[in-house]
Amino acid sequence: MKNTHQKMKVGIVGSGNIGTDLLYKVQRSKLLECSIFAGRDPKSKGIKRAKAMGVNTSFDSIEAIERNPELCEIVFDATSARAHLKNAPILKRLGKHVIDLTPSRVGKMCVPALDIEDSLTAENISMVSCGGQATAPIARAIMEVHPETSYIEVIGSISSKSAGPGTRANIDEYTQTTKDAILLYSGVPKAKAIIILNPAEPEVWMYNTVYATIEDPNIPKLTKKIRDVEREIQRYVPGYRVTLGPVFENGRLIVSTQVEGAGDFLPKYSGNLDIITSAAVRVAEEYARSKMR
Amino acid sequence: MQKLKFFDSTLRDGSHAVKHQITLKQISDYCRIVDGSGVYVVIVGHGNGLGASSLQVGLSLHSDKEMITTARKELKKTKLGALLIPGFGTIKDDLAPALEAGVDVVCVGIHCTEADITQQHIEYIVSQGKEAYGVLMMYHMASKERLLEEAKKMQSYGAKGVIIMDSAGSSTPKMVTDVIGHLSDNLEIEIGFHAHNNLSMAVASSLLAIESGATIIDGTTRGFGAGAGNCQLEALLALMQKMSIETDVDLYKMLDASEDVVRKMMLKPQEVDPVSIVSGLAGVFSGFSPHVRKAADKNGIDARDIFMELGRRKVVAGQEDIILAVAQELAKKKIRTQKTSAKRSR
Repeated sequence: MKNTHQKMKVGIVGSGNIGTDLLYKVQRSKLLECSIFAGRDPKSKGIKRAKAMGVNTSFDSIEAIERNPELCEIVFDATSARAHLKNAPILKRLGKHVIDLTPSRVGKMCVPALDIEDSLTAENISMVSCGGQATAPIARAIMEVHPETSYIEVIGSISSKSAGPGTRANIDEYTQTTKDAILLYSGVPKAKAIIILNPAEPEVWMYNTVYATIEDPNIPKLTKKIRDVEREIQRYVPGYRVTLGPVFENGRLIVSTQVEGAGDFLPKYSGNLDIITSAAVRVAEEYARSKMR
Repeated sequence: MQKLKFFDSTLRDGSHAVKHQITLKQISDYCRIVDGSGVYVVIVGHGNGLGASSLQVGLSLHSDKEMITTARKELKKTKLGALLIPGFGTIKDDLAPALEAGVDVVCVGIHCTEADITQQHIEYIVSQGKEAYGVLMMYHMASKERLLEEAKKMQSYGAKGVIIMDSAGSSTPKMVTDVIGHLSDNLEIEIGFHAHNNLSMAVASSLLAIESGATIIDGTTRGFGAGAGNCQLEALLALMQKMSIETDVDLYKMLDASEDVVRKMMLKPQEVDPVSIVSGLAGVFSGFSPHVRKAADKNGIDARDIFMELGRRKVVAGQEDIILAVAQELAKKKIRTQKTSAKRSR
């Protein structure tokens, strides 16, 4: 195993909350190292931090990689859904393995707890949305126990501070993509996603609720299944916890989860960053492992 | 003095009071009476706006499209409006179909510190040649300086006006005059006020808003609305008549709408009950009321305690799922306290 100590080079485009949180997680990885951290905002705190960490940075965003494609093999896109629509064809032309953290939905959706194996062969992998990562596995678990479920709804509330300008400009893409992920992964015929931003100080932790319309739920069976899902997600997002339910009330099955962040870039309340960046790193590591074998 | 515009939210805010079960016939009947009454726009739909029918806040009896189409048929002189809260509804699924179904005016609402989220929606409405108004909800949670900053963002996106929403009915007279005065000194676009009646101040607050420079009043007939209800439009109109403030609204038409339609729509008379007072005091969204009562009953705790705890946590509109979590925590705490005191008395 001569390659054990060699890490796979990755580029991160987008120096906002998600990009910067991702950088911390990449730098901790035994399999990955960030060779270019590129943004556009000259005032970006992320770029400043990256520089201080000794990481190669650029203000030219995607062009930095276009100019110098051999810099990295994997590219994480943490810009915005609209920017990724432009970046995706460029990265495809350069032959990069793309992991997209925007809700653009260009690539194949991936939720590591559910389908990491299928994602390794795709050139462009969509990490859905933070809400999708937190709720799609629960939705699937519910459908496995109760395939007759007619409707699933997911609510995500996050602290305002953890939602950067990209997320705010893309709120529609966020809800649409989250809904599509619920439909895709659970197979439920009808779904809805809602997102709420809360500016309270001290900041609220990322909180997600899954509602399902079921006639007569088997609570013990659902509880067991949902605990399994919780453990599976905790393997890559240690702060993920089911905090309420499953309970049945007024014809609704209710399950709520909370995500405590690792406190890498933003404090612990911003579990919404952690759940998507941790999932993205998990996918990149799996890819690196498969290439290094 | 610029003539006031009245935004009639009876068929939208009132939806909260009947758990979103307003019928198409009621919409028809109401619109037929108020059409041409001089109110600027009649806003219809689910209490939380387009695309908000959900298990989280309550399912609508009818789809947005059915409600809009029904109102459209009756409204010939008066404009038809809708509310959109981004995060609940999206352009693709909800807003575009609503405009297609004939909505003229859209109020785009968001928690008062998050105006940048409304950019794509306001710009879309304007691009479709329709009128967009920004709505800053739960305004009591931000300073007047912050509210101005947020209102200016909406102004820059193309909103014709910004409506300050006292979603929790938590206003004091000074808050209203300070905020509306500050905005009217510094904004180019129209300023509106939407009151709730938790502390029995909705009509008074609306009048203060007018005196401080607001040119839009958003209220409801008979005060029909979430929690303790809203600014009762016909009462405000009568008050203005006494004060010789001219309006374009036919008071008798609004009184007829109140008596002939809204009275029958209500499950119970709109009143300022103790739970609503506590919700206003705690500064919690008025629409939470039925959910809080249910959670209190189910968990054997006091609804007032839930409201105070929600206020302490600074919960915003749309976070109805937190109610159940808070209720369960309070119930657990209550059991613990009972056990401890039982041990002590032994």
